[in-house]
Amino acid sequence: MNSKSNSSVPTDSEVILGILNNSEVVLKRLYVAYFPMVLQLIINNNGSSDDAKDIYQEAIIVLYNKVKSGDFELSSKLKTYLYSVSRRLWLKRLAQLNRYSGDIKDFEEHSPADEDEAEKHTDRDIQFGRMENALKLLGEPCKTIMEDFYIHNRSMQDICERFGYTNADNAKTQKYKCLQRLKKLFFQQGN
Amino acid sequence: MSDRNLTEAIDRYLNGEMQGEELLRFEDLRRNNPDIDRQIAEHKSFLAALKHYGERLQLEERLNAIHEEIDVHTLKEELQIKPNWIIQLWRHHHSKISVAASIAIFAVLITLFFTGNLKRNDPAYMQLRQEIAQVKQSTAILGRQNRNLDNKVNAVKAAIKNTNPGSFAGTGFALTSNGYLVTNYHVVKGADSVYVQNADGESFHAKIIYTEPQNDIAFLQINDESFKPLGSVPYNIRKGKSDLGEDVFTVGYPSDAIRFSPGYLTSPSGFDGDSTAYEVSIAARPGNSGGPLLDTRGNLIGIISGKQSKYETSSFAKKSSYLMEAIQNIPADSLSKPLTLNSRNGLAGLSRTQQIKKLQNFIFMVKVYN
Repeated sequence: MNSKSNSSVPTDSEVILGILNNSEVVLKRLYVAYFPMVLQLIINNNGSSDDAKDIYQEAIIVLYNKVKSGDFELSSKLKTYLYSVSRRLWLKRLAQLNRYSGDIKDFEEHSPADEDEAEKHTDRDIQFGRMENALKLLGEPCKTIMEDFYIHNRSMQDICERFGYTNADNAKTQKYKCLQRLKKLFFQQGN
Repeated sequence: MSDRNLTEAIDRYLNGEMQGEELLRFEDLRRNNPDIDRQIAEHKSFLAALKHYGERLQLEERLNAIHEEIDVHTLKEELQIKPNWIIQLWRHHHSKISVAASIAIFAVLITLFFTGNLKRNDPAYMQLRQEIAQVKQSTAILGRQNRNLDNKVNAVKAAIKNTNPGSFAGTGFALTSNGYLVTNYHVVKGADSVYVQNADGESFHAKIIYTEPQNDIAFLQINDESFKPLGSVPYNIRKGKSDLGEDVFTVGYPSDAIRFSPGYLTSPSGFDGDSTAYEVSIAARPGNSGGPLLDTRGNLIGIISGKQSKYETSSFAKKSSYLMEAIQNIPADSLSKPLTLNSRNGLAGLSRTQQIKKLQNFIFMVKVYN
């Protein structure tokens, strides 16, 4: 890909295809294209540039998950979608911080339907937080073993070598011990 | 089957690691045991959550890497809605501005304090005691002229006259024939010694026996051996109020020679609404302070005490009722001789020139040394 298309705003269908194909280039073009819009929204509504980063990344993740789950239909422009989701996420954050003055300065069109996406997202967000907590509570070496095997998709052989287990059976036993504990920690938080 | 073995079996089953007979047996178990089936579903959702967690972590890493390449600071500068420049100036420099403002206010206060502008002494009110520097100069010129005439005697005389001109001068007038005088407090304020000089040029030592700074009144007593009692005082103190438009005059010593200044009463209140004083239209000069303000029949109605610096002919006189009050306030032990006020008016019916002739023996130049 040449440098011109590298920096230009991607078309909406380019983005969807890019996400489905895990394209790094498209992700970058998407990110760079719409970040200023969200930055403008947030710094002019009582936020910092770090707040803008958090909110924008969350909005991208919402879009990403939506596309990946396969039920993404563009009811409006991608730009409007990202703006609406960011806007709702920021309003929620402001309310949590008690900094919402009841008045928000808008810079783009936004659609209420797209804003609801932000609400659906929170369920998955809760699961994410739970898993993060469970892994933290799990401790080493279980945490690394779990991450290596289930997230980084490393083979049992690799894991054996990294942790110095003498044979694969020992490693397997260890893995299932860890898995059982993690499961317990994860579901405990749900109740 | 222990818990751990079951977990392992479910995990392997979902990972597609089971084969052949083992897989068939496990599927059979699952069909017949709803609890196992539920645990399999639970494990499935757990694995999905774990996978999702991993994906999101990776995505966040990628996004952070992209974010690193963006020049957020420059973008922020561009996108921030700029408040107008005054607010910006205030936001960026408010501490400096505050400090500067405090220093400025402080400096103004200090300046006002040292220039005396903070005191009640409004610059528009001018007290009429006279600084002798001017007189000094004129006598010095006189002295030179005398030398030019090469008249040594005259020169010595002039020098003698010159030795002690005093620092300030004002006017005072007699209350009684035995040597009680009244003048302005501001004339004798801070005096080391006070001399009074009559129309004939004779000086007598006097001492301050009582002052009322709030009314700007001071009482002197001549305590000089060479002083001979005056005749009876020709004027008396008017106790009531005087009316607007009345013809009034004062006699005093704005210079070395006695001077008559006529005028009329223009307002029942003095400077800045001061109800203890009259405003009179008299061209008073420095040195007139402490002089008597008299009406046409020779009643004493006030004491000249100041003028307005802006208008040449607007002067102020303390009302005579405050003089009466002050006289009553003099402590008895300050009086070595009786202070008996004259109740007879010896001026009524006389012409102005005759009035002044009679008056001038009772009016003194007050010379103050400090």
